[in-house]
Amino acid sequence: MSEQAPPPDVAVAAPPGHLYGVLAEFDDTPALLRAAAKVRDAGYRQWDTFTPIPIHGLDGAMGIRRTLLPWVVFGAGIAGGLGGLAMQWWMNVFDYPYVVSGKPLLSIPAFVPIIFEVVILLAAITAFVGMLMFNKLPQLYHTWFASRAFASRVTSDRFFIGIEARDPQFDLDRAKQLLADAGSTNVEVIAEPDPPQLPAWVRKYAAPVAAVLLVAALVPPLLVAKARVTPNQNTRVQLIPDMDRQPRFLPQSANSLFLDNRSMRPLVPGTVAAGWAELDPVFYRGIADGEWTDALPVEVDRALLVRGQQRYDIFCMPCHGWDGEGRGPAAVTGQEKSPATWVMPTSLTGPVVRERPDGHIFNTITNGIRTMAPYGDQIRPADRWAIVAYMRALQLSQAVPLDLLPPGQREQMRR
Amino acid sequence: MADITTEVDNTVTVPGRPPTLITGDHNLTSMTDLVSGIAEARKPPRAWYIAFGISLTVTMILLAMIVYLFLLGTGVWGLQMPVAWGFAIVNFVFWVGIGHAGTLISAILFLFRQQWRTAINRFAEAMTIFAVVCAGLFPILHLGRPWLAYWLFPYPNYLQMWPQFRSPLVWDVFAVSTYMTVSLLFWYMGMIPDLATFRDRAKTRLRHTIYGIFSLGWRGSGRHWHRYETAYLLLAALATPLVLSVHSVVSFDFAISQLPGWHTTIFPPYFVAGAIFSGFAMVLTLIIPARQFFGLKEIVTLRHLDNIAKFILATGLIVAYAYAIEFWTSWYSGNFYESFAFLNRAMGPYAWAYWIMVGCNVVVPQFLWVPSIRKNLLALWVLSLLVNVGMWFERYVIIVTSLSRDFLPSSWGYYSPTWVDILTLLGSFGLFLTLFLLFVRYLPMVAMAEVKSIMPQAHPDHGEHRGSGQYWGQSPHEHRHGPEEGHK
Repeated sequence: MSEQAPPPDVAVAAPPGHLYGVLAEFDDTPALLRAAAKVRDAGYRQWDTFTPIPIHGLDGAMGIRRTLLPWVVFGAGIAGGLGGLAMQWWMNVFDYPYVVSGKPLLSIPAFVPIIFEVVILLAAITAFVGMLMFNKLPQLYHTWFASRAFASRVTSDRFFIGIEARDPQFDLDRAKQLLADAGSTNVEVIAEPDPPQLPAWVRKYAAPVAAVLLVAALVPPLLVAKARVTPNQNTRVQLIPDMDRQPRFLPQSANSLFLDNRSMRPLVPGTVAAGWAELDPVFYRGIADGEWTDALPVEVDRALLVRGQQRYDIFCMPCHGWDGEGRGPAAVTGQEKSPATWVMPTSLTGPVVRERPDGHIFNTITNGIRTMAPYGDQIRPADRWAIVAYMRALQLSQAVPLDLLPPGQREQMRR
Repeated sequence: MADITTEVDNTVTVPGRPPTLITGDHNLTSMTDLVSGIAEARKPPRAWYIAFGISLTVTMILLAMIVYLFLLGTGVWGLQMPVAWGFAIVNFVFWVGIGHAGTLISAILFLFRQQWRTAINRFAEAMTIFAVVCAGLFPILHLGRPWLAYWLFPYPNYLQMWPQFRSPLVWDVFAVSTYMTVSLLFWYMGMIPDLATFRDRAKTRLRHTIYGIFSLGWRGSGRHWHRYETAYLLLAALATPLVLSVHSVVSFDFAISQLPGWHTTIFPPYFVAGAIFSGFAMVLTLIIPARQFFGLKEIVTLRHLDNIAKFILATGLIVAYAYAIEFWTSWYSGNFYESFAFLNRAMGPYAWAYWIMVGCNVVVPQFLWVPSIRKNLLALWVLSLLVNVGMWFERYVIIVTSLSRDFLPSSWGYYSPTWVDILTLLGSFGLFLTLFLLFVRYLPMVAMAEVKSIMPQAHPDHGEHRGSGQYWGQSPHEHRHGPEEGHK
């Protein structure tokens, strides 16, 4: 930093002819090293050597103290190690615990490779970026490049020492003398170049062009903003569809692949799909010996009734009501909306249904009746029988024969 | 770029005298002219055009194969259970291995002060980077849905999930991407002074601007050199364990699994030795023609080639030892499946691949014991090609034989690549060579500043000043009244 900030007792404002400094050229390494030691001993501070190659011993000849860079890199390595461990702990132990082969969540040995890589990565980037920052690079231009000899050969085969005019003890003649005495083959006085001027047409049009471009730059974000609030029926553009949408034939659509032009295929005549044989007429259709069966073909127990209640509450309750009286919420709403035409559902606990055989009720659930839709394709046969059993329980609950009641309640009911 | 330089045999070391690393009568100026001249020539040699045309065509084949793969999926490859890791993973391990020589030369030989590295380090580092580019391509292609490759990195996402850090495949992602980054930094940082040389020698405005941007305003300041050299040393010290770790981590992909033939603790050192073996062979494959066509025989001398050949011999012996000890371990383990895996390699359906591997990696390097073969360019070049063939087959043998016959005979299979596999492998060589040819055309192929710094002219006690190295006075620590700035 001290290279940039001039000491306060120096008048930097107007050195003669914008003087920048004195630049001396040297033939070889020994000459440069000797001269560097002399400039160092003369007490200059704002000076530097410029060489095409790193020279062993130049640090000492210039009196450069060792850079702090290794400590910075060391710190970055430590930070990388702790950071690598913390990252893996956070991601695999805390935020989303992964259990792998019953190993402990925080399994340090498995975390070592990535800790190591993060240490190296962070330290290496710090070494590179730190070197550039300490050197104040990148730099687009430097005044020493005003010297033709410097600009063309400092990076290939010539050696230079430059003393800057902002050095507190800078004196042009003494500096020139010092460098000449030190064995320089050529001493140049370098002036601060005039700040570069842009061409006239650039200065004239830069502002209006910039303004137009600025306005034009607002157009894409505005379009994006508009698109975000405008509803659009089109499907989204997907660069990589990931099999989200695939070509297929929808049901009930035409398909020229088949002779009948239908995409849905009918069953092959004389065949039954697997699992659809339904050979038992009692269980699947409720018919025994040509008549509706009046005995449930399933074993009635508590589990069946619970299952039946659950299915009933899902499929039947909306119309027939919780109690089977026919006052379900859907039915009530329908009555309210169109009282003139609405037909209330049949009471399941009334005499009509009570007298029906089990098979008939099963068939009604399967195929529907009057305005009631069929439910055979939504409720499996065993569940239909469960519903029948539950309905019988509902009927019983609405009209219990006296002799079924517990003795105490029986007396209560008689009164 | 005529062949103006001559071959000098400098392989013999005279005791008590430093080896001659640069033949011919060179000074700083002529060295700069020689190296910069390659990239500044109006036209490269005709051989460059021919090579570039061929490699660009082959790169196009790679691109076509990638498009074909993306359109149809990994089914176009020969992957079939039980061999789900085919050419893609073989090529990945092969290319990562190639990429090991560069950083080894730049970092490890730097720490050991092997000055001959300066002539070939830039070259080998470039080779490393292009090899890692080729290597990185294959696991991504192998993903099936390569456009989701970023899922491998830990970033907050809508799935609310993180990578599983106990998986060696995730270690791979970290190791290879760190290696790529650090190699790139190392390569670029080493190149900054040379890019500045190109900038200062530029004849056109365009060259001056482009090299000017990439040389970051380097002006060879003594204070800059001090920090630069410190940073270079630090990077070398960091890259040294890194280069050893990368192929170790790659070997964990296999060694952490429980497949017979993969589940061995010898894998990390064995893989690292193989990587250096193949990497040096690739350096030799590339540098023998390059020094011929670009007139670099005085910088990359026979001594350099001799040293590389000795490296190949040494690492080849380590690899041969690993092949032998694998058999011993499997026999000594008493484990039926282990023994079977190794007998199956040598005598099963893939015996042809195994014996190609042994021939190229064990038998062929033994010729390097003979000094005259180490000086015979044609023999060295053919030998380096054979070593790379052998190292590719080593990965093929390890991956394919172990997968194709594991524990259960009913699930055994035989893997054969498809034409897409083969053309993709071929295409990766095209990509590698294309990048490489662009590098030798536009960037400093030899680290000029480093080569110049090992020349006698760079040493403070050369010429008439020999032996009187006292001009820098006191050491900086005793120096109290000197400049305090420049300290950072």
